[in-house]
Amino acid sequence: MSEPHHALAEIVRAEGTRIVATLARTLGDLQSAEDAMQEAAVRALREWPRTGVPESPRAWLIVTARRAAIDRIRRESARAGKERAGMELILPGDLPDTVVRDDQLRLIFTCCHPALSLPAQVTLTLRVLCGLDLPQIAAVLLTTESAVAKRLTRTRGKIARARIPYRVPSDEELPQRLAAVCAVIHASYTAAHSRLGGDTVRDPGATREAVRLARLVQAAMPDEVMPAAVLALILLTEARTPARLDEHGDPVILAEQDRTRWDRGLIAEGLRLLDRSLRRSGGVADPYQLQAAIAAEHARAADYRDTDWAEIVRLYDLLLSVRPDDAARIARAVAVAEAHGPAAGLSALDAMPRGPVTHRWQAVRAELLARDGHLTEAADGMRRALTPDVNAAERRYRERRIALWEQS
Amino acid sequence: MAQYVALTYTADVDWSDPEHAEAMREYSRFGAEHRNVIRGGAPLYPTSTATTVRVVGARGGDVVTADGPYAETKEALTGFYLIEAADLDEAVRVAAEIPAAWNGAVEVRPVIELGG
Repeated sequence: MSEPHHALAEIVRAEGTRIVATLARTLGDLQSAEDAMQEAAVRALREWPRTGVPESPRAWLIVTARRAAIDRIRRESARAGKERAGMELILPGDLPDTVVRDDQLRLIFTCCHPALSLPAQVTLTLRVLCGLDLPQIAAVLLTTESAVAKRLTRTRGKIARARIPYRVPSDEELPQRLAAVCAVIHASYTAAHSRLGGDTVRDPGATREAVRLARLVQAAMPDEVMPAAVLALILLTEARTPARLDEHGDPVILAEQDRTRWDRGLIAEGLRLLDRSLRRSGGVADPYQLQAAIAAEHARAADYRDTDWAEIVRLYDLLLSVRPDDAARIARAVAVAEAHGPAAGLSALDAMPRGPVTHRWQAVRAELLARDGHLTEAADGMRRALTPDVNAAERRYRERRIALWEQS
Repeated sequence: MAQYVALTYTADVDWSDPEHAEAMREYSRFGAEHRNVIRGGAPLYPTSTATTVRVVGARGGDVVTADGPYAETKEALTGFYLIEAADLDEAVRVAAEIPAAWNGAVEVRPVIELGG
């Protein structure tokens, strides 16, 4: 894609995700809204390179999308043999930011409705709210385009037929519904972020859109604890992105990242949000706050060796007490190894509840064995961590480790 | 006179899709022929539009909704209500008041409105 075309596509995507929410409200149907927006986007990308970007891209897109929607409705009523006389879409030529924001918020609660499964919510969010196309979503969710298309059709069908409303929930429903929204935003960001690099995803658009969504919800509900914690966690993670990949696009482990390349602005913002969120929650921390607090400890340390590992172990213990899962148990074992030596880390890994052994567990165990001086065992263990589900960048890294340990 | 409910089991299709128009005409024919004994009934949207509602513990407990139909075999179908609601949220609120929601589960499925 050429540079000017890419810039246009970016404007269309950014405005499109905002407008589609208003279209969905006016048309009462998500599929029609997306179809109309799609047509407007195609026309924009065809015409703007000739005519230049209009003064208000949003107004241009709205007018074009509205025309597309009206045409479609006319065609369909003609086909169904029905007259929908006087059918006019009430859509202003331009929309103030407040209307756009309220509509987006409604659509967020629709896309993250608890009557939809979490994978359905995440897929729909990436498509409708983040404006990603099918190949991007398939890459982020490690699935096929046809599976994404099928899931989207099913999800939109359920919203329309079961009449999932476009509405911000009432105060008494809000805590539960907001938790669902936060889970979807975090899952969308994590999926996009973890695939970034190597030969999976090179386009940072997905992470950028998830950050934008997290900012939108936090700004709309500044007094709520959870959106601030999720945004803090995302920003503190995002801050490390410039140092996270080497020149080949391979991931760089935390210990070896060049911390001068971390985004200090994002870190400061993340720390501020976390602080405000913690003060509002009155001492009871939720999983996002605890994960953000762990990220904050890393952000504060000038160097990997300066990290307060004892504090990080303590935070992982708290996290495991509210949300036990293996990813956190493995990360805690790494922190234990840093605080008390590799043997202690190995004991922590071995003390984990017995479940299916994952490649991540194998790889971390191999690293700790190597650090404890058991190089042959480490190389053997790392070979077991080369399972088919390991991505190519990670595989290259692990193969380099095996070669290194076998040489010494 | 006694009353009976006749539950229909077929492939999980979308009756509102024009490709099933012929099948729908057969159902209409059945409906017309047995008009004098039919007290109510409706075609349902496919199971992909279903929401299963459960209430944790007892009445008034947390309402847990899940995407999809009731898919376990422990419990049996023991009754049904036809509910009118503005949207799914309202329908789920009503469903969560049915004792089955805390003693088992309530599957909420949208009805296809015929005519109009």
